[in-house]
Amino acid sequence: MTEAPGLEILGVSKRFHVAGGAVQALSDINLTARRGEFLALVGASGCGKSTLLRLILGLDTDYDGRILVDGQPVLRPGLDRGMVFQEHRLLPWLTVTGNVAAALRQSRLGQAEKRDLVAQHLDLVGLTRFATAYPSQLSGGMAQRVAIARALVNRPPFLLLDEPLGALDALTRLRLQDELKRIVSDGGITAVLVTHDVDEAVYLANRIAVMHPNPGRIAAILPVTDSVERDRSEPEFIRLRDTVLGLLGVREGTGRRAAADVDRRVAA
Amino acid sequence: MTTRWRIFLPWIVPVLFFLAWDLLAHFGHADPRFLPSLEQVGGRAVAEWRDEDLLGHVLASLQRAGIGFGIGGAAGLALGLVIGLAPLLQRLLGPLLLVHRQIALFAWIPLLSMWFGGGEAGKLAFISLAAFQPVLTNTWQGVANIPGKFRELAAVLTFSRIDTVRLVALPAALPSIFTGLQSALIYAWVATIGAELFLNVAPGIGGRMNEGQQLFKMDLLLLCVVLMGGIGLLLNQAATLLQARLLRWRTA
Ligand SMILES: Nc1ncnc2c1ncn2[C@@H]1O[C@H](COP(=O)(O)OP(=O)(O)OP(=O)(O)O)[C@@H](O)[C@H]1O
Ligand SMILES: [Mg+2]
Repeated sequence: MTEAPGLEILGVSKRFHVAGGAVQALSDINLTARRGEFLALVGASGCGKSTLLRLILGLDTDYDGRILVDGQPVLRPGLDRGMVFQEHRLLPWLTVTGNVAAALRQSRLGQAEKRDLVAQHLDLVGLTRFATAYPSQLSGGMAQRVAIARALVNRPPFLLLDEPLGALDALTRLRLQDELKRIVSDGGITAVLVTHDVDEAVYLANRIAVMHPNPGRIAAILPVTDSVERDRSEPEFIRLRDTVLGLLGVREGTGRRAAADVDRRVAA
Repeated sequence: MTTRWRIFLPWIVPVLFFLAWDLLAHFGHADPRFLPSLEQVGGRAVAEWRDEDLLGHVLASLQRAGIGFGIGGAAGLALGLVIGLAPLLQRLLGPLLLVHRQIALFAWIPLLSMWFGGGEAGKLAFISLAAFQPVLTNTWQGVANIPGKFRELAAVLTFSRIDTVRLVALPAALPSIFTGLQSALIYAWVATIGAELFLNVAPGIGGRMNEGQQLFKMDLLLLCVVLMGGIGLLLNQAATLLQARLLRWRTA
């Protein structure tokens, strides 16, 4: 048996027609992720990262090129692709449990199994105590964790994450990065993570795609070797992060300073 | 100011109003036939209660308002949901409903009394129509304006049509629907008095007002006005309380 193809983005271009012309949001994107691979997308605001995720989800099928998931063209959203949006997007009128369970509406499992799955995933994100709370009673970080539980509860083989940790404080962020890393690798999940945090990309991903804006395109794809993946204080980790920051047009000195910041944070 | 005092705040102006009324009636050289004192109105209330089955009249009016509110509200809710969720219907029926909205409520009375007669059917038709309009408009707008991000979420979770309505569209529109229902309650109440005044004589507060006018019983007229306002206020308060309970996720 040949290896499953995973996610394939082949020559994808996307244009938005707006008042007074068109915006080329994506231009000839070629990107693949093997089964079980963790891919990070970094790039300046407006370079088309969220747009690319919406196309992978099948929320928008009006584009040039092809997107294949497990070899099949994407026609519409499906439960094989879990999504964590840039904002938590919980339904305010449902409790935490209700929000996570909502993702199982189309699942054919029995009621008891569904209940177990919801409880298990609330436990995973450490929110069992808040099962009956409403979203307005949660902090931003807690809400985002519920959104992560909702995306995972179907056990999707593909996980799309649009800056899932962007709104969190540094401490929660570091903790959730570790959790995410464990969940994705334990579940053999193929993940695409959009992030502004280069440190996060290097820490979590197997490969990093750096995007440039106007039009949104891929400037470089950098592999992350296993030794780098583990340890933020590795010289290799810091060198890779500086390379990515350089590609993003951030001055090298700034990159070094940011790196030193992280070292202090990790040491503390 | 402490919160203890704050709860009396809304009562100050009404109390002053009634005080001024009474003082004017007693010392203002006003013709008592046109401005009876509070005691006179109170005396009339006691007499009405004893001899004219005041409670029965109030209940008759409330029942009429309730039935009309039920019929009109249910119709408005159903039609509003359907139109709000079907863009095609929205295009098709939108203009007609906008025209409907321009027609003053009481302009329907002659028409409806021709179609349904001036009896109970005509009255209920008018009250239902009064309740229908605000529920329809608010439900329709509420459902049509569901944030795009929630529509997207429903798509990502591959919700069925029924789940999309039940878990997303309806709750998202609920605050707006409640606004419509609350207006409808007051509209139905006002329309009830209107129907009782302008259509055939029947038990009800409006009927008593008719008698007050014909027999020149000013105290009876004023009693009815006070009753109408008081009951309307109570209905409004009840609706507000119910809404706070049902929408507790907003403040929870
Ligand atoms: N629905 C839309 N209509 C018109 N233009 C759009 C639409 N969605 C996105 N765009 C445009 O496409 C480009 C890419 O937007 P996108 O949201 O994908 O950026 P992003 O990389 O996710 O940015 P950020 O990091 O700020 O989230 C932007 O120029 C944006 O203005
Ligand atoms: Mg984005």
